[in-house]
Amino acid sequence: MKLRLTGRNILQVEKTMTPSPVMVVLVPVASIVLALAVCGLFFYLSGKDPGYIYGKMFSGVVGSTYGLTETVVKSIPLMLCGLGVGLAFRMQLWNIGGEGQLYMGAFAATGIALFFPDWPAWVLLPVMVIAACLAGGFLALLAAVPRAYLGVNEIIMTLMLNYVAILWVDYLVYGPWRDPQGFNFPLTAPFREEAVLPTFGDTRIHMGLLFGLLLAVVFYFVIYRTKWGFEVRVIGESPEAARYAGMNITRNILLVMLASGAVCGLAGMAEVSGLMHRLQPGLSPGYGYTAIIIAWLAKLNPIAIVLVAFLFGGLQVGGYVVQTSGIPSTMVAMLQGTLLFFVLGGEILLRYRLRFMPGMRAGDESA
Amino acid sequence: MNQMCLAEMRGITKRFPGVVANDAVDLKLYPGEIHALLGENGSGKSTLMSILAGLYRPDEGEIFIDGASQVFRSPRDAIRAGIGMVHQHFKLVDTFTVAQNIVLGDRRTPFITRMGRIEEQIARLSQRYGLQINPRAKIWQLSVGERQRVEIVKMLYRGCEILILDEPTAVLTPQEARDLFRNLREMAERGRAVVVITHKLNEVMEIADRVTVLRGGKQVGTMVRGEFTKRDLACAMVGRDVLSRIQRKSVAKGPPVLRLDKVQVLNDSGCNALQGVSLQVCAGEIFGIAGIAGNGQRELAEAVTGLRNISKGRVYVGDKDLTNAPVRRIIDEGVGYIPEDRLGTGLVPGLGVVENVILKDYRTPHLSKGPIVNRRIGVKRALDLIARFSISVTGLDAPVKLLSGGNLQRLLLAREISSGPRLIIAVYPVRGLDIAATEAVHRMLLEEREKGTAVLLISEDLDEIFKLSDRIGVLYDGNLVGVLDIEDADAERVGLMMMGGEEREAAVR
Repeated sequence: MKLRLTGRNILQVEKTMTPSPVMVVLVPVASIVLALAVCGLFFYLSGKDPGYIYGKMFSGVVGSTYGLTETVVKSIPLMLCGLGVGLAFRMQLWNIGGEGQLYMGAFAATGIALFFPDWPAWVLLPVMVIAACLAGGFLALLAAVPRAYLGVNEIIMTLMLNYVAILWVDYLVYGPWRDPQGFNFPLTAPFREEAVLPTFGDTRIHMGLLFGLLLAVVFYFVIYRTKWGFEVRVIGESPEAARYAGMNITRNILLVMLASGAVCGLAGMAEVSGLMHRLQPGLSPGYGYTAIIIAWLAKLNPIAIVLVAFLFGGLQVGGYVVQTSGIPSTMVAMLQGTLLFFVLGGEILLRYRLRFMPGMRAGDESA
Repeated sequence: MNQMCLAEMRGITKRFPGVVANDAVDLKLYPGEIHALLGENGSGKSTLMSILAGLYRPDEGEIFIDGASQVFRSPRDAIRAGIGMVHQHFKLVDTFTVAQNIVLGDRRTPFITRMGRIEEQIARLSQRYGLQINPRAKIWQLSVGERQRVEIVKMLYRGCEILILDEPTAVLTPQEARDLFRNLREMAERGRAVVVITHKLNEVMEIADRVTVLRGGKQVGTMVRGEFTKRDLACAMVGRDVLSRIQRKSVAKGPPVLRLDKVQVLNDSGCNALQGVSLQVCAGEIFGIAGIAGNGQRELAEAVTGLRNISKGRVYVGDKDLTNAPVRRIIDEGVGYIPEDRLGTGLVPGLGVVENVILKDYRTPHLSKGPIVNRRIGVKRALDLIARFSISVTGLDAPVKLLSGGNLQRLLLAREISSGPRLIIAVYPVRGLDIAATEAVHRMLLEEREKGTAVLLISEDLDEIFKLSDRIGVLYDGNLVGVLDIEDADAERVGLMMMGGEEREAAVR
């Protein structure tokens, strides 16, 4: 592609297949710096000192045990959902329904916790996990079945099902599942001790972290080392080649979406059982959506998803910290969006090379 | 013709990586003529016209419009100079009306548009040339022929003096084609120049005032109506000198491996692509299917390999009935397949060499234990193939889309051959490859034949067919119109059959 600048100057955009190693490191770093700078400019324009805000965020997150542990706590649902949607993205299945699947998982886990009061923990917790996975997977399948057999767009389906799941949970906690002793607050009764995931020491970090780390390793292994993972990668890269090699695309759409939804459902179970110990409305501040950003920034690599989830957990906590300085915590959402914008935008620089050809006459390029 | 020419292309050369698509081609277009551009696929017809229409820029050579040298930076420049091209694949927005599509992208359209007036103009314009269309109809409501008319009117509306049509009849019924030719004649009579890109001899005979023949990017000649016969054109197009039969060792023919019995297959738009094709390919034999693309070749290959549903008839490999068998089973029966689309179907562009080498047998016990793929064996196999078939790669894990066309095809063939197939289906195996890579691919196919593999070779390149095949079948309009032993076949006859010429001549006799 050639762009004509003023007069005779031509800017040529060439595709490069092999970006230089320097660029591979430099571009993402520069992208992050640029994103921070743009948001900083925004803070500055709204009359705040960007240096102060960034400094406060940083010290708030890494400067105290509380900040650090909270970062980990926030990163748990992010990494689980990130792993879940990332798996679907690998097969070019755009599961935007992580949020709804998380709510379904929370709902199912709560149901088990509330209605089987005499099970011991070693039965109750595994059953809660299984129920949450099934519920999340079920919601994903509602979108996957029409997609696999009729080609219905899964983006719309998963997105709309988010509202279904969220409103379903709202209905339960405002209605039938409301705690009679809860002073009319829209909350279920608190879980018994047997339904609560163990925590690490006296922090709020719970077993969900282990789920996330374990799943990341398992996913990595499954995707890169197993026959099924191979099929997923081939289908994601080229469905025609997959058909040519005799792979069953329909079955894999169903399986991948089921697994994707199940992991997001597990995130919901971890939230209610590890952290909130009850079902409540608004139990996720959009983890399922942020997970989409995380999966992309990590380029769908399971290990990278864990790391990026920690980063985004930190951003979330940093957002709460600066709230005390009169900055709305929603600015974190802005920061996240800007990061995604710049990092993905920067990728173009890795794939293309700009060549500036000053003073060139049109028609001369071939010479 | 002494009149001033509308457009002249002088010494046009265009190179793409690995191919010279046009090599010093000259072309003059006069008002009032229908000029046919004839050649096989890959001969550079479309490239040449894309240059004239401003889509590509020539590496060498000049374009003169009304005697003045011009450089087109975009199709918009070309349209401004009065040159419009109707592509094989129409560029229309389905949900817009005809009139909206026609003004879309037209720079003269004012910001606030009075569609009523434009619709009137379009109606008048289409009436003048007998191109019946309703300006208010939505594109999705129209037939293919009508859509083509919309494209033509679009170019006329923009004031094009030179109209280029790329294989305009490929999508039309015979009646629609006749109507189109009448319209084109009408336009020429009103002083426009019409260029028709085609590889159908009958069309050239029917409508061309002059014909320019291209072969392998080079201009074979330009002839005026009355100076040429169908046979001349076929010769010029195919080339007499190139029919060298290289060292094909004689191989004892074995038992039949592939057997098709009256196979019928639908194409993507639900029409019959194969209308009852029966053939047999034996072990140690290369059966060449000649024919112009779009006469059922792709569907034939897909039917045999299980990628397309067979609506009637049966396919046997060895003694097994594999009609509509799952792809996996057909692979396991030892059917290798070199698809037309080698990068994207035959190989996975974004994955590395190792993954592509194990693409088909990752699930066999050699390469996997339970659910786990043994990558180490995959790596070993990849290294082995790279050495045996002299494939040059940058790394085992670099995406294969970085490989050159020749290396891609070598990799694909290496994988298919190394699986020890009984039957290989090769579709356009050397399309777009340079001479060295072509030779390598041909050698590989001939070696397979010597090993006793049955090969079904689908190609448009007669040269290739004659060089490799033991028998030649010609596919025309979904029918196998003739099967010839290589000793009895000559290029002209096959060339005529490919263009549906044989039947008609036979009927006259």
